[in-house]
Parts: sequence; structure tokens; C-alpha cells
Amino acid sequence: MAESRFSVKVIPTLRKDLLLASLKRGERLDGRGLHDYRSIKLQYNIVSKAEGSALAQLGSTKVVAGLKTVLSAPFPDAPDQGVLIVNAELTPLASPLFEPGPPGEEDIELARIVDRGIRSAPAIDFGKLSIMPGSKVWGLFIDIYPLDYDGNLVDAAGLAAMAALLSGKIPKAVVEDNKVVVLEEKENVPVLNKVVFVTIAKVGEYLLVDPSLEEELLADARITFSFTERGEICAIQKMGAGSFSVKEILEAQELAEKASKHLFQVLSQIV
Amino acid sequence: MSRKAQAVKLLDEQGRRVDGRLPDEMRPLKIEVGKLKNADGSAYVELGNNKVIAAVYGPREVVPRHEALPDRALLRCRYSMLPFSVAERKSPQPTRREIEISKVVREALAPAIFLEEYPRTAIDVYIHVIEADGGTRTASIIAAATALADAGVAMRDLVAAVAIGKIGEVLVVDINGLEDQYGDGDMPIAMMPQLGEVTLLQADGVFKPEEIKRALEMASKHIRYIHSVQVRALKETYAKVEEGEVVG
Repeated sequence: MAESRFSVKVIPTLRKDLLLASLKRGERLDGRGLHDYRSIKLQYNIVSKAEGSALAQLGSTKVVAGLKTVLSAPFPDAPDQGVLIVNAELTPLASPLFEPGPPGEEDIELARIVDRGIRSAPAIDFGKLSIMPGSKVWGLFIDIYPLDYDGNLVDAAGLAAMAALLSGKIPKAVVEDNKVVVLEEKENVPVLNKVVFVTIAKVGEYLLVDPSLEEELLADARITFSFTERGEICAIQKMGAGSFSVKEILEAQELAEKASKHLFQVLSQIV
Repeated sequence: MSRKAQAVKLLDEQGRRVDGRLPDEMRPLKIEVGKLKNADGSAYVELGNNKVIAAVYGPREVVPRHEALPDRALLRCRYSMLPFSVAERKSPQPTRREIEISKVVREALAPAIFLEEYPRTAIDVYIHVIEADGGTRTASIIAAATALADAGVAMRDLVAAVAIGKIGEVLVVDINGLEDQYGDGDMPIAMMPQLGEVTLLQADGVFKPEEIKRALEMASKHIRYIHSVQVRALKETYAKVEEGEVVG
């Protein structure tokens, strides 16, 4: 409930002056243009024991996501729908800014943004995860772990989670004599829509796509848009202690939509 | 219209909503200021069936002390839904939802406060949802911002908030619990009404790109109205003080 450790991190105001001067020239401190992503690398099927897995890299930000399936009871108000649980943990392995202990608000916020994007789109055909309506459905557990934090965890986590779903194989389950039998045979995760997450940081009057850690720390505020491939918006989250004008939000939305195409291209390598 | 929205009819043939409202109509809003004696500032908000109370303590000494910031106040915010505020008893432990809402509400209030005026202090905002019916985070922001003003904390502007929902293809303002559960989208928006700056924006559901702009326009209008209710509630309280009546 207190201010986040991101914003408490001290960073010299001189760096902000330097960044702003550089942005005025149309260039970021790492040489990127204002609307460019860092280089993106996506590996999938990296954990054979998981039903799906991926490692996403945005520059030196690295996030691993794994998908596990668990036979679960459906929610009473959705007896024929599968269950999705997204969890994220920012562990001290990934950054000196992360502390050990139970999940804090950043961990929870990260997981809930990814969850909302996937659920709203919807990325998954939850009806196809039903095995015995009212008693047994597949629960999909997506666990997200940053390995190296250099800014913009949301977009990397979203990419890793989506890649884990797209490349995932879940066991086939059938009902025999009123009992659920899980077969050796595996099938694709019933993906309905691909979703991606694009984060824009506001530094002074500038809007930056895919903020690095330093940009994130110097930013007034950030906003994440989640998109379907049709360009619809399926989640938004403003983060940070600053504000956006309405004009800036609409500009950020447009920038994010353009940038989302690049992420869909990255995802299209998964067949 | 989506499968979900059809299951419960959220809009009738006349374009009325389940509670009889038009798409562009808010629920009744009532704000009372300074109802709590111990808090430095407080506000009670009723928004339709929502009942929310916010208390502000501070600027005060930071405990634990090492959390104090050298250049500004530490803003802390805790949003809690009381166990009896919802149909099924909610465990009093903070849920993941409450932890996230505490963060986004804090970040919705922070831009409005001159935190740099109060270095090495804490400003604590406690919000209790006494009864919930959709839109508790926006009612909480309305209450908390009013309570901050009541506490005399220096602010750039108040903060007011409203959720824009989507029923089928229709954008509706200030969605209630049923519309939140069965509707097709929910976009809570908070703004500093006079500065026109957006301090909270979230969304779930599926929105077309042009709907974001329309939702922001729709929200701006209602936020200006909410602001006028906040100002009136604050003025009424302090008018009584001038007349020598004891408040609280």
C-alpha cells in the first residue's frame, strides 16, 4: 500500500535532464527512436515438464512464463468454462529492486494486467476446457517469473504468457463411466485470439514505447494497452504517480496500436 | 450483443438500463464531509447502493521511520471491502484485487497532491467499502480526494472518477454491480476535473479504438458534475464552521 520501490529508487535529476535533452533530439539514451522496441527475442518450449513455456527478452529484460494444467472444479457461475489463474513473482534474483517475501503490489498488478488481457480478448476458448460440466474442467495456470529486470515487464510477461499458450500442449481428457480419464495424447491449447501488451511511458512531454528501466524510473507515468490482432483494446492500465492529458492518452493509444503489429509479428513465428 | 449480456437483459427496448437509467445517466451521488472525529479529514460517499467512507491521517510522522522520503511525503492508501459489503461474506484479509486497487487509487490521488510540500511525512488514506454495488473504486476515489481536501492537504485539484461500461455496442456511464458482472466492458476513469488530467485509467472487456475517445469524453462530462458535488459538500461543511456550528 506504500509507494512502490520503483519510485523510491533514487536517480539523479541530472539523468532526467540528460534524457530530456536527448529526447528533444529525437533519440533515446540507448540510441533508439522514441517509438522503437528494443530487440525482441522469443524462445518457446524451453521447459519440457511444463505444458507450455516461453522466454521473452526485450533488450536485457528477460521473463520466463510457464503453463501448467490442473484438473479443477469450475466456478459455480461458469460450470462449463475452464479456469485461468495468472501469477507473477518479482523475485530478488531478477533485480536489486525486488525484495524477498510475499507478493507485493507490483507482482499482483503485473499478473492481473496479463490476466485481464488474456481473459477479456478472450485469448482462450474456455468452453473447450470443460471436461465434465459442473464438476471437472482444465485449470490453466500461467506463472510468470522475471529473470532480469531492465524495464517494461508487462510487455515481456505478456509475450511470454501468450507464447506459452500458443506453443502449449495440454493432455486430452475424456469421460468414461462418469470418471475423468486423462490420456497420454496431447492437444493444442484452444487459443481463440492472440493478445499483446504495449507499454508507453511519459517522460516530460514525450511518449516512449517500451521504456527501459532508467526511463521507467524517470517517467511521470506509464500506460499499458492490450490489443487483439483485430486492433481492439482488451485491457488498459495506467501506472505511476503522474497523469496524462486526454490528448496524450489518445496519442499513446495510437502509438501502442502501431507497435502492437511488431509484437504480433514476433508471435507469428510460433506454429 | 454478447452471450453474457443476453443472459441478463441489461438494456430494454426503450434503451433503459436494469435500474431504469439511460446510458448517459449516473446513479444518485451523495457526499458528506468531516463525519469522523479522529481522522484529519474524512468523507462519506453514497453512489447508488455503494456506501464508502474515507479517512485521511496526516501529514504525520512516518512509521516505520526508514520509509520516510527526504524530498516529499509518503502517500499510503489502503482500500478494504468490509466482509459484509458483498453478497457472500468476504474474508477480511486483503485480496489480490484489493491490493491492486489500493495501488491504482493511490496513483490516482498522488498527482493531485503537493507531496513535495511535506517532506519526511506520511499521508495515509484509509478507505472502507461498507456496501458494494459496482464502481467501488471510483466511489473510493471520490471519497478519498474529498477527505484529503477536508484534511487541509495542499492540492492542485480534486480528483473525481466514474466508470464507463459497455453493454453490447452501447457505452453506458457509472455501471452498477449487475452491469459489471454481465456487461461487455468496464473502464474506470479518474481525472483532475479542472486540469483535465487523467490520473487513473483501467479497462477490461473489448473496446474498439474509437470507443476509448468516446468513453473519455463521456467520463469528462460526468467528472465535472461529480466535482461540483464534491465542492458543494466541502463548502457546506465549512459554511457551518463559519456559523459557529461544531462539525464532526
